[in-house]
Amino acid sequence: MADGVSTRGLVGTRAGHGPCLDTARATHLASLEWRGVAGRMTIKGKAYIAGAFEHPTRNAPDKSVAQLHAECAKGALEDAGLTKDDVDGYFCAGDAPGMGPLSLVDYLNLRLRHVDSTETGGSSYLVHVAHAAEAIALGRCSVALITLAGRPRSEGMATGTAPRQGNPAQPDLQFEFPYGPTVVNMYAMCAMRHMYQYGTTSEQLAWIKVAASQHAQHNPNAMLRDVVSVQDVIESPIVASPLHRLDCCVISDGGGALIVVAPEVMQDLHRPRVKIIGAGEAPKGQFGGDVDLTFSGASWSGPRAFAEAGVKPADIRYASIYDSFTITVLMQIEDLGFCTKGEGGRFVADGNLISGVGKLPFNTDGGGLCNNHPANRGGMTKVIEAVRQLRGEAHPAVQVKDCALALAQGTGGVLGSRHGSATLILERE
Amino acid sequence: MSVRKLPAPEANPETSPYWEAAKKGVLLLRRCTACRRAHHYPRALCPFCFGDRLEWQAASGKGSIYSFSVMQRAPVPYAIAYVTLEEGPTMLTNIVDCDFASLRIGMTVRLVFKPTEGGAALPMFTPD
Ligand SMILES: [Zn+2]
Repeated sequence: MADGVSTRGLVGTRAGHGPCLDTARATHLASLEWRGVAGRMTIKGKAYIAGAFEHPTRNAPDKSVAQLHAECAKGALEDAGLTKDDVDGYFCAGDAPGMGPLSLVDYLNLRLRHVDSTETGGSSYLVHVAHAAEAIALGRCSVALITLAGRPRSEGMATGTAPRQGNPAQPDLQFEFPYGPTVVNMYAMCAMRHMYQYGTTSEQLAWIKVAASQHAQHNPNAMLRDVVSVQDVIESPIVASPLHRLDCCVISDGGGALIVVAPEVMQDLHRPRVKIIGAGEAPKGQFGGDVDLTFSGASWSGPRAFAEAGVKPADIRYASIYDSFTITVLMQIEDLGFCTKGEGGRFVADGNLISGVGKLPFNTDGGGLCNNHPANRGGMTKVIEAVRQLRGEAHPAVQVKDCALALAQGTGGVLGSRHGSATLILERE
Repeated sequence: MSVRKLPAPEANPETSPYWEAAKKGVLLLRRCTACRRAHHYPRALCPFCFGDRLEWQAASGKGSIYSFSVMQRAPVPYAIAYVTLEEGPTMLTNIVDCDFASLRIGMTVRLVFKPTEGGAALPMFTPD
């Protein structure tokens, strides 16, 4: 066990940067990673998602951020059939006000034996599910609560179009901030490169929004419930070329929470059993100047999750794919292996992502593109909709038949500079 | 036409030679004496091998556009870009003094400097 832990740590910090390693060493490390995933250390079947709650609000000027966290925690615990006193592990990310988890743990008045405030932007909550499963597998906790909440909409935040000043000690800041990087133009550069390299078109990207809107029409809580056409997307104004306004996600207040539990706890609960069978995480940056915008960290986190779960992309019945922008979806679909690199444009076109129509039903809640992007962090809602699908609790119009295997994928941070990718594979038991 | 205001970069002891050179119209790269690779943005330790003996090297100022995006939703529209330098590294920058509609990936560009608000000059690029 201890050996396995150290192997995993080694791989996590070194083998992630494959292109920079010499071949022999990379092969050696890859074999260590494979052994770690395949044998001694796995979270496969060690934990279940027992509770999931998406806050119904999309605009909450009358609530505090801490209050939203608490309302989400309460909702997820009620969904699981557990109480506040059952929680012995807590996970939160940068949206939690205060120092790491400390203020919210105190506000919620939790008595814990495990905390984790891993911050990888919008993908944090998928990482938290994996880390909760790891902690549960090691006996560090048995009921883990994960919360997310924020109010960027009522606070009037220019989420995507204003450069965000950061801490001057952030090493990249002085070399980037003066040039006006925004969320939209940094993702737009990925789209521009993808179009150049693979011939991807704006019409193909638009199909991703079209599919999301087809799903959102059935979600009474969705911010955008109007079905849109490819034409609507490409005729909407350019925000940052080549991305249009309708290539972008919504800005919403709200939040969500998840409860991850040990098998012994799950046994006593009266909810459908959603088992965590595979997880992968991978940060990606600029490689010291070897910038490559054609792939995301999903090309590393995905294979790790599939290897652990022992399944293939073709086995996945439903996928939640982080959709800050249409291009984000397209790149992750390729990187996860649902199609080959460069074929994403053709893959997403013609309704292939629409439930009941295409091969890969995605984001059946309407996703970040149409439903909800609470706190500008879409990872939480990705897991929640995957849980709904596996439980058979999605809206009947979008519920995937016999949905036994689902994937949730998140990227957080900024795709065009540095981001964290996380992949989860979940199974209905 | 209004002019886009550029915020001044905040240098630190690790990076001040880069910004001092920029004031003199020179773009510096960091090159590792152990693995001989140049990198960007500049660090005290080589990001490829952790070598701690690095040299500053003046870049030729020639490069090509790796990717770009024209930000339309801004008080003054601007073009952000990644430019791959002749020496190897790719850097985040702006493309200036041109018709944005003419920009293409692969286009060759050359170095220019633009003044920031009360701070150092910023290395940017313009089509050749
Ligand atoms: Zn070196």
